[in-house]
Amino acid sequence: MTTCTPADTTTAEEQTRLSAVRLLAGNPVTVVSAIVLAVLVVVAITAQWIAPFGVNDIDVPNALRPPGGEHWFGTDELGRDIFSRVLVAIQASLRVAVVSVAFAVVVGVTIGLIASYRGGWLDTVVMRVVDVMFAFPVLLLALAVVAILGPGVTTTILAIGSVYTPIFARVARASTLSVRVEPFVQVSRTMGTGHLYMLGRHILPNIAGPLIVQTSLSLAFAILSEAALSFLGLGIQPPQPSLGRMIFDSQGFVTLAWWMAVFPGAAIVVTVLAFNLLGDGLRDVLDPKQRTMIEARRRSG
Amino acid sequence: MTRLGRSPVLVTNPVVRFLARRLLYSIVVLIGVLVVVFALVHVVPGDPVRIALGTRYTPQAYDALRSASGMDRPLIEQFFGYMGSALTGDLGVSFRNGDPVTVTLLERLPATVSLAFVGIVIALLIALPAGIWSALHEGRASDAIVRVTSQFGVSIPDFWMGILLIALFASTLHWLPTSGYRPLFDDPAGWLRHVILPGLTVGLVAAAIMTRYIRSAVLEVAAMGYVRTARSKGLPPRVVTMRHTVRNAAIPVLTITGIQLATILGGVIVVEVVFAWPGLGRLVYNAVAARDYPVIQGAVLLIAALFLLINLIVDALYAVVDPRIRLS
Amino acid sequence: MADPVLGVRDLRVRIGRREIVRGISFDVARDQTLGIVGESGSGKSMTVLAATGLLDAPGAVISGTSTLAGAADSAPAQLVGASARLLREVHGGRIGFVFQDPGTSLNPLLTVERQITESLEAHRNMTRQQARGRALELLEAVGLPQPQTRLNSYPHQLSGGQRQRVMIAIALACDPELLIADEPTTSLDVTTQAQIIDLVRDLQRDFGTAVVWISHDLGVIGQVADDVTVLQDGQAVEQAPVLDVFDNPQQPYTRELLNARPLIGAPGPPPADSEAPVLLRVEGLDVRFPVTTPVGRSTVHAVKDLSFQIRHGTTLGLVGESGSGKSTVAASLTGLVKPDAGAASLDGLGVRGAAVKALRRRISLVFQDPFSSLNPRTRAGAAIGEPLWVHRLAKGKQARQKRVAELLELVGLPAAFASRYPHELSGGQRQRVSIARALATEPDLLILDESTASLDVSVQARVLDLLADLQRELNLTYLFIGHDLAVIQRMSHDVLVMRDGEAVEYRPAAQLFESPEQDYTRALLAAVPPARPRSALPG
Repeated sequence: MTTCTPADTTTAEEQTRLSAVRLLAGNPVTVVSAIVLAVLVVVAITAQWIAPFGVNDIDVPNALRPPGGEHWFGTDELGRDIFSRVLVAIQASLRVAVVSVAFAVVVGVTIGLIASYRGGWLDTVVMRVVDVMFAFPVLLLALAVVAILGPGVTTTILAIGSVYTPIFARVARASTLSVRVEPFVQVSRTMGTGHLYMLGRHILPNIAGPLIVQTSLSLAFAILSEAALSFLGLGIQPPQPSLGRMIFDSQGFVTLAWWMAVFPGAAIVVTVLAFNLLGDGLRDVLDPKQRTMIEARRRSG
Repeated sequence: MTRLGRSPVLVTNPVVRFLARRLLYSIVVLIGVLVVVFALVHVVPGDPVRIALGTRYTPQAYDALRSASGMDRPLIEQFFGYMGSALTGDLGVSFRNGDPVTVTLLERLPATVSLAFVGIVIALLIALPAGIWSALHEGRASDAIVRVTSQFGVSIPDFWMGILLIALFASTLHWLPTSGYRPLFDDPAGWLRHVILPGLTVGLVAAAIMTRYIRSAVLEVAAMGYVRTARSKGLPPRVVTMRHTVRNAAIPVLTITGIQLATILGGVIVVEVVFAWPGLGRLVYNAVAARDYPVIQGAVLLIAALFLLINLIVDALYAVVDPRIRLS
Repeated sequence: MADPVLGVRDLRVRIGRREIVRGISFDVARDQTLGIVGESGSGKSMTVLAATGLLDAPGAVISGTSTLAGAADSAPAQLVGASARLLREVHGGRIGFVFQDPGTSLNPLLTVERQITESLEAHRNMTRQQARGRALELLEAVGLPQPQTRLNSYPHQLSGGQRQRVMIAIALACDPELLIADEPTTSLDVTTQAQIIDLVRDLQRDFGTAVVWISHDLGVIGQVADDVTVLQDGQAVEQAPVLDVFDNPQQPYTRELLNARPLIGAPGPPPADSEAPVLLRVEGLDVRFPVTTPVGRSTVHAVKDLSFQIRHGTTLGLVGESGSGKSTVAASLTGLVKPDAGAASLDGLGVRGAAVKALRRRISLVFQDPFSSLNPRTRAGAAIGEPLWVHRLAKGKQARQKRVAELLELVGLPAAFASRYPHELSGGQRQRVSIARALATEPDLLILDESTASLDVSVQARVLDLLADLQRELNLTYLFIGHDLAVIQRMSHDVLVMRDGEAVEYRPAAQLFESPEQDYTRALLAAVPPARPRSALPG
């Protein structure tokens, strides 16, 4: 009863596929970003304990001291230690970014996934709403939300979260649409496979890639958005330190005390850069088009 | 397969039909924007009129403002009233100083347009050559430099860059003024001197974003079959690059330019605050701080409408550039 | 004998640590066609691209020699390792290229005229007027209808066959000595393919161009080539004149390739029970699709009032060219597409509507593309087990695994393959997994939609054998959809020929192939490359 043909039992794939983790690990830039982010996460969790000074310890006699000695990043116009403030501010920024992006991912992906999977009028209506939200520049929409709800951390989280939801809805939708027409999904439909199984085993695992990349990039942008809102005085409110507000406060003193502007800004740049580079590295691995290029280059090297 | 027929349409020119569909779509979105903008005020927890008055609250002022702004009428009536007046150009009056919103917006528009325009021009002047060059030299040192630089550029907060630029060029070197604006037609030289720093701030960050997109668009085109065909004809490399690779990347470049211009319109808020630039962005910021809802509504509506207009123009340009749309 | 136009000696291409082209030598004689044949991965494209200096793979190291014979006023040119300038002169000027995919090989933003004249500009000193004249000449020579109008057309306004003619015109623009055609007809319908083959032959005769024709299809090679080089794994396995290769193959691989070819006139499936009851009856199937383009909507009438039936244990071959609507028929039967009219019944039970899930058990589908037919993130065992899970055909994990192992054995794969991911399997193996999955529900009807079209010829032969065996052993009923008439003949008891959504001819296979009634069927049959090379046939 068997129709065994010897020639077919050998693997014809001459190239073994490099595992995702190996590819990631092979890229030094991605590795460094991941390490930097790990450090930042540690900072975010332990900021209160590792900060050498209190964030609001005013010490006017020591105001505007350049970096050195006890104050690694110098002091501001009220004598507060900038290093400690930066640490705590990073914690605040990361918290806002993570929560708001988590919100955006959960809501956005659910909307995008279900709308495109069901199709029909639901899809059309939902996507028109998303289109309307896309007609507003990001910061403007965030400002509008703040205008309604008043400034503060919670508002910032809500503002950034709701402003980034459309992008996840769009990415989820685009990916779902392209996976939905793949033959293996169609075969499942003809088999009579239920919707939950399809979504869970066929669709979600195959759209995870672009979503992960988008998450990393959105985290980067969320940090920038939070910094902008805080800069405008509409985000994290003083006396809570925030990177954006610290830069705002430094405006009058830039020529006298460059460290007041440079360190908070550098903290933003490093964090955002790390997320961006990680996102790029992830894209190289998770986007099938990119991946074949990288694999080819890696193999021939 | 046989084509049965086309849906009835008055004009048969494909470009006109394409643009008409896009216009219709834009109008639908604009109405949606109107709804959102209108809802803005009414979603406020608490009483918007009271919040707007803040410390200037008196029962008389409250009643006066309430009836002047029409907030005492039923919701539906307010909505259609708002939509109706918006269509005729009347966007209400400011809660703060009673000035007609439309007038204020139009006063501030030129400054923002100057800034956005200068920003996008600077961005294109940098991003086009950098993105194309980087894509054509993929994998080599020059590509790596461009990629690293643009990664940095994308990671820098624009307000920070603005402050640093002011610190360097204005406060320290005294080459350029620290803030302020001169209208173009009144004082071109002054306009230029004042617009450079804020324009650079906007433009450099936009350049970083666009360089990455342009690079990946050119890379995608370079991998297409017709580029290989061009090489197989023995065409000089410059012709292959310009006529085949770059020209076909024009469409994605158009797309990203449109998107970026729209992003600039939004992001310009922070830069305007840093440079005390009297544009729409700063107006919105002040309005948000003062809970001046009509101004916020009007500005948001205007910016969204501008965004849709930019998209329509980009669509029109698609039709010009891409024969697949022109002749279907 | 005059010296060859192109002489290649010991050509090697290495990328990284792998040598893909391993010491290939061949000659292309003047006014002759060299056919290079090989399956996927044999290195045929890479060999020719490397030999003509057009290879653009990062990190590729090319060695060996490739000598282009001297023209009237120049010395022989060495193409391996040649300077960019020399290669630019040669490309287009002395060697013309035609590539496989007419859809992406032409620049969508340039007119046909421009794409021809830029070649002329690069190699000849011509005025705009002269170049235009020459372009017109070329379009006429390649048989493009309405050449005057077509000069100003854009590629998207032409059909696949027309685009390929334009590519040939571009390749011949500067009257090259050598034409390289890399799978030029693979993406075309069989009738268009036949036209292009005739065209190239006529052009060769009129202009005296030598041709290198690369293909995986021995039948096509038999039609076009004077000499043949057979490649396997980067090596030239057999090189001889075409008649020798077909009649007296020396190497086992060549023999294998020849035997694996499905041929018209070869025996079909074993006769089926003529008393068997009808399993599937389709009446008046009618399907229309809305089509949205950037400029508006229109409707495509994909299937027009189609009726047919299939008896238990037999195969109905549904054959048509692209756009004939055959895949839409499959989609309608499996519920992927809602027909606008018509009824279908399985053993008398309606296919549309009620008890859909029960029905899904009885009809299974196998698609064409082996890779995208399996979820890349699911192991083979899970894929095969999915219908078991959905229809509760095996209780518990153990039972499922056991059944999966049985199914794998049924299709000739070891049970250990259940834990492999699709990318760890070859094309043929993946297709077998798809078949195993289709058989999991013990269906009555198996719809095979171009299921072997993407496979290498030798692999295809084995999969077809498997399908035939399974039909015999399990009394399966097949709806076999395809465009390759020889494959259809091998597998089918009855044949339905479709064109533009309509049934052109519907008869038992034996009758249809022996004496086709309709002109279209006759045209299709005539276009299929015959078993023996053209030079062996009279006329």
